[in-house]
Amino acid sequence: MDIKAYIESGILELYVAGTLSEKENEQVYALMQKHPEVLQEVLEIEAAIIKLTTATSQSNNEHILQKVKETLGLGGNDTKVISIAKPKYNWVTYAGWAASIVFAAGLLWTVNQNNQLKSDIQIAETQESLLENQITSSKNSLEEANTLITVLRDDNITKVPLAGQGNFSSSYAKVYWDKSADRIFLDAQGLPEPPEGKVYQVWSLTLSPLTPTSLGTIERFTADANKIFEINNANESEAFGITLEPAGGSATPTMDQLYTLGVVSTS
Amino acid sequence: MDLDILVEKFKQKDEKAFEKLYNMYSDSMHGVIYNIVRDHDTAEEVMQDVFIKAWHKADSYSSKKGRFFTWILNISRNAAIDKTRSKAFKNSKQNLNSDFFVDIIEGSENLDDKTDAIGIKKFVDKLAEKCKAVIELLYFKGFTQSEASEALDMPIGTIKTRNRNCIKELRNMVLN
Repeated sequence: MDIKAYIESGILELYVAGTLSEKENEQVYALMQKHPEVLQEVLEIEAAIIKLTTATSQSNNEHILQKVKETLGLGGNDTKVISIAKPKYNWVTYAGWAASIVFAAGLLWTVNQNNQLKSDIQIAETQESLLENQITSSKNSLEEANTLITVLRDDNITKVPLAGQGNFSSSYAKVYWDKSADRIFLDAQGLPEPPEGKVYQVWSLTLSPLTPTSLGTIERFTADANKIFEINNANESEAFGITLEPAGGSATPTMDQLYTLGVVSTS
Repeated sequence: MDLDILVEKFKQKDEKAFEKLYNMYSDSMHGVIYNIVRDHDTAEEVMQDVFIKAWHKADSYSSKKGRFFTWILNISRNAAIDKTRSKAFKNSKQNLNSDFFVDIIEGSENLDDKTDAIGIKKFVDKLAEKCKAVIELLYFKGFTQSEASEALDMPIGTIKTRNRNCIKELRNMVLN
C-alpha cells in the first residue's frame, strides 16, 4: 500500500471527524499501529481540530466539571463519597451460599441413603421369610424321613412291593402297612411325575372278586421331596394298586392306567 | 500520562483519569456544542449531559473504533442537535443558526484565555469560504461525506481533498 497516497487522500481527516464506517475505522487503526507516519498525521489533525473547536468556546468551563462530578457522585477534594451499594460480595455471602449448597447436597444424600436402606430392609425381610419356608419344608422332609426309618425298622410293619404294570413296567412303589395304626406309608419314588391335570390314585384291593377301594389321591406328589406319603387304611387289604387318574380322582380305577400293583403276602 | 493509559483507567471508572480527560477536551466540546445551540446556559446543560453520558457509556468505547476525541465529539454533536430539536428549545425562539463557527471566532472579544485564538483568528481571516463550509459541516455539525457533498453541491472526492487542504492550512497556522 502506498502510505503517502493514503495519507494524501484525506481519509485521516475524516477519521478524526468521525465520518468513516466501522470497518474503515478499524482499518485506519490498524495502519496507525503499523505506520508511525500515519499515527503522527492523525495526532496532528486531531490537535489542530481541538484548537479550532476550543476557539469557538467562549467561556471557562471548569465549574461545569464540578456539577458533573456532583451528579455522578464522584469525590471532591476533602470528602470522599462512599457508595452504599457495594458491588462486591464479601466472604460472608460466599460462605453462606457455600454452606447452603453443602447442606442441600448432604440432605439429598441422606434421603437417598434412607431410601436405599428401606429397600435393603425389604429385600432382607423377603429373603428371611423364604428361608423360613425352606427350613419348615426341610423339617417336614426330615420328619418324614425319620418316620420312614422307624417304619422300616419296625418288625410289625408289612412290606408290600408294588411292581410296574404293562406299559409302566419301569415304575415301582412300596407300601409299608402299619396295621396297628391303620395306616400305610407309600414310597412312590419309583413313579414318574404325573402330567398336568392328572393325579395318582391309591387303591386298596380285595381279590376274588377284584374289588377296589380308593385310599385317595396323591395331591402334592410333585411338591413332596422324598415321595413318602402317609395314608389312612383301615381296610383288610389284599393288594395295593396305583393308577393315574384325571385331577380329582375317579370312582373306579382306570385299568389301562395302572402303574403299579402288589399283592400282600400271606406268609 | 499516555492517552491510552488514561482512557483505560477512565473505562475502569477511575475518577482522576476522568477529570484529566475532561480537562483535555471540555473546551473543545463546549465550542462544538455552543456552535450548535448558540446559548450559554443551554451549552452548559448539554456539556454536563455529555460528560455524564460519557462516564456511563465508558464501556462502549474502544480505541479500535476510533479516537477518544472523535467518540466524545460524536456524543457532543448528537446531544446538542437533539437539544435544538426539543420543544423547549424551539419555544425559546433560538434561531437555528446558519452562521458558521467562524462568526463566533471573528466576533469574539476575549482572546486572553485562549492563547491559540490569535493563530486561529488569523487562520479564520484567511479561510476560503469553501473551507469554512466544509469544516463546519464535517467537524462542527457531524455531516457524512454524502450529506456534505449534497449540501455543498460538491462531489464526494472533492469534499475529501478540499477538507485535507483546509486542515493542512489550519495545522500550519496553529501547530507551528
